[in-house]
Amino acid sequence: MSQYKLVRCNINGKDVERMVDVRASLTDMLRNDYRLTSVKKGCEVGECGACNVLIDGEAFNSCIYLAVWADGKHIRTLEGLMGPNGELSDIQQAFIDETAIQCGFCTPGFIMSAVEVLESGELYSREELRKRLSGHLCRCTGYENILNAVEKTMKRRHGIPVD
Amino acid sequence: MYDMKALYEAESVSDAIRLRLEHPEAQIIAGGSDVLVQMREGKRAGKELISIYGINALRGVSIDGDEALRIGSLTSFSHITRDPLIQRYINVLGEAVDQVGSPQIRNIGTIGGNTCNGVTSADSASTLHAYEAIVELTGKNGVRRLPIKDFYIKAGVVDIRAEEGEIQTAILIPKASYENTFGHYIKYGMRNAMEIASLGCSVNVRLSPDKKTIERCRIAYGVAGPVPMRAPSAEAIANGSALTEEMVTEFALSVLSDINPRDSWRASKAFRQHIAVEMARRALIASIEKAGGVIA
Repeated sequence: MSQYKLVRCNINGKDVERMVDVRASLTDMLRNDYRLTSVKKGCEVGECGACNVLIDGEAFNSCIYLAVWADGKHIRTLEGLMGPNGELSDIQQAFIDETAIQCGFCTPGFIMSAVEVLESGELYSREELRKRLSGHLCRCTGYENILNAVEKTMKRRHGIPVD
Repeated sequence: MYDMKALYEAESVSDAIRLRLEHPEAQIIAGGSDVLVQMREGKRAGKELISIYGINALRGVSIDGDEALRIGSLTSFSHITRDPLIQRYINVLGEAVDQVGSPQIRNIGTIGGNTCNGVTSADSASTLHAYEAIVELTGKNGVRRLPIKDFYIKAGVVDIRAEEGEIQTAILIPKASYENTFGHYIKYGMRNAMEIASLGCSVNVRLSPDKKTIERCRIAYGVAGPVPMRAPSAEAIANGSALTEEMVTEFALSVLSDINPRDSWRASKAFRQHIAVEMARRALIASIEKAGGVIA
């Protein structure tokens, strides 16, 4: 017997509601009900970070977050970073410029953690950034270019010149 | 989709108690970073869940009427680390839980879940033992409080009475325990992130007003036995002693008569004993330094 619950939330700035199967993870809901396919299904046990989204401003692995818990929350996915005319955000452009992407599977999760870092207003050291991004696995890039992209974007937002 | 039989969502503590009594077989889920993973792996598949995650009254850190530090059981690790009361009175706890998993795990994982799991490797557990934390449980007969050492019964088993509808509602640190006390936690693991401790060691000291002697020293380990444990022989050596290198060495070596680590795929017993001594030494030195003492 299926059990459903009405989940009202705000996704990428828009108030939405949907009847959701209580067995669904937030990844299931975002992908299947809202077609937000930047939210990747990776390990599905909270290890790899591919499904990472922001909930009320904090990073969560949506694969181990029950969809029904999203009721009343503000959720942001990579799709929400797009400008009004389809422009990329600075952090997305930096990932391209720094070759911080190869296959792209980990990228949306990484970028949403980077958004939390950037919006905190903190100026983190390289070592702190490494820790802030440690909840993501990337099998392509070796991480250095990802760190470069996040560090340079953070510095630009603080008005610090970067080469 | 998770393979769950049914989900019951508690909106208040009394709601949770009622649901527990109505569904004695159901598993309580707080943040779910253990329960949902185990359900995915099949270990808890097909079970009923009672979610307490929505009970906001169980979030946050405060000072209660007896000046004890009160940590709501659903307070996440990241909120504990950032909390000004934690930073002021028991900073070592914030540092310890900042070593759990990854940033995302620290946003969802709760101190209540960490302790109710009953696992010896929980990063909060050794510090809570070293500060003689009190666990608050609320059930149909009201509130029950017990020392954390009595809360842990054996590996994976804690004293929560499901038949009384109990859930853990807070962890308390008495004033006598945190006042003028400075601590340090060391986690030994193979890698920094997404790692379970091979061994965890938490030490804290309160120095005499002239900062020449240790008034009180407490040390506790995770993964040095089936449940987190104190090292009373080591504490006895440090208590009342002057701050000397000889004392630190004797303190560190004496932990071997208290702990009982095992061989596992993560580390051998011999290796755990070896690092236990070194971790005790380093954590004691760091605690003394944080308290403003100088080792002669």
